[in-house]
Amino acid sequence: MGIEPSVTSPRLLHDAYAILAERPVRPIAGGTDLMVALTAELGEPPDQIVDLWGLDELRGITVDSGALSLGALTTYTEIRRSAVCREHLPVLVEAAATIGAAQIQNRGTLGGNVANASPAGDTLPVLLAADATFVLGSIRGERTVASSEFWPAYRRTALAPDELLLRIRIPLLAGREMRFRKVGTRRAQSISKVVMALGWRDGEPAEPRSVAAPWTEVRLALGSVAATPIRARATEAALEGRPPTPETADQAAEALAAELHPIDDVRSTAEYRRIVAARVLHRLIREAGGW
Amino acid sequence: MAIYRFTVNESPIVVDLPGMRRLLDVLREDLALTGTKEGCGEGECGACTVLLDGTPVDACLVPICQVEGCIVETVEGLASTEPGSDLPPTLDRLQAAFLKTGGAQCGICTPGMLMAGRAYIDAGGGPDDDAIREAIAGNLCRCTGYTKIIEAIALASGQDPAA
Repeated sequence: MGIEPSVTSPRLLHDAYAILAERPVRPIAGGTDLMVALTAELGEPPDQIVDLWGLDELRGITVDSGALSLGALTTYTEIRRSAVCREHLPVLVEAAATIGAAQIQNRGTLGGNVANASPAGDTLPVLLAADATFVLGSIRGERTVASSEFWPAYRRTALAPDELLLRIRIPLLAGREMRFRKVGTRRAQSISKVVMALGWRDGEPAEPRSVAAPWTEVRLALGSVAATPIRARATEAALEGRPPTPETADQAAEALAAELHPIDDVRSTAEYRRIVAARVLHRLIREAGGW
Repeated sequence: MAIYRFTVNESPIVVDLPGMRRLLDVLREDLALTGTKEGCGEGECGACTVLLDGTPVDACLVPICQVEGCIVETVEGLASTEPGSDLPPTLDRLQAAFLKTGGAQCGICTPGMLMAGRAYIDAGGGPDDDAIREAIAGNLCRCTGYTKIIEAIALASGQDPAA
């Protein structure tokens, strides 16, 4: 590596805040994105880096105040091994297992996935569909931002230059069902062509003998189909209040194909992404409907 | 520049280096441990896999500032030599299994495959084909000799899955 920016490794969050308050400094967590960019000399290298890896305050998975709370430095391996995650949000465990392979899962962090703001970040549709909120902190204090407000544009986040992502909080909803599907070139190590998370709760059937309950609080989020991870709100509206029948699946798939405007790039084509996204959604609804 | 302390293959190491230098470069350039290979330099190929506190990582993605106080194990640490002996080192069980099954062709992926396999066995993994494939999913073999590599890891982990 030609360029080796200088780095500070604080052990206390307060010290990290102080460093960031002085001037903009690029944070590094597990390094699985930033180290690649530095080695490949992608873009202007930062001259100063703050290493977050030693901030144990940003570790740990807990349940408190009705939410699953994950420290920003939680690795994908820790998510996969967490009994708490498996119990309360198995879909996140499923998503974590699709990221890279063991070497990446041992270093890559959930907070890094969020802050790196790649439209292909594999956990991001799960966080959007689960109505996650992000707790940000700086020397000025803490604030909470909804995941749906966090990625305003390509590779941009709601983080101020002096702020760090501290925790990811996912409200625990009784009866919430979630599904995840990633489409890539191979099972391990691939960057998504389409990644999708779907969430809903079963409502009361209109008639007592109805086979399938109508879905409520439907959330549909996708990655790799837009400049940012997105909610597909028109398709959510098409699904809201409907049971997972063949007719619903057909209409939702059609709505999604009309709603998405992906691009052609090195990993896939716009047409492929649109068709596959619609088909993946159709299949998820079919599997949920059991037909 | 800063002082970083860690151990490599049970030897204590103290270096005074830029903190963002890659563990891979520290091993190869500063410590002359060239068994760890650089393939892609972006975490795709696993050729630079080493164990950091017992877990496999890509050494190309770990800055040395994050290795402070850690235990690093590289391919050089697998074989053991009797102190004061002139005899060649004794290969560990996994290395011997790679030899037996023909688990190496051109050899570039081999150090990374060995370390990923070592981590799998150390974590209690057995001769389960699917589990071994997942354990080495982050390691590419350009010779595509995966079958023999999987057989080697299975052999070293207890028994041959084909048996």
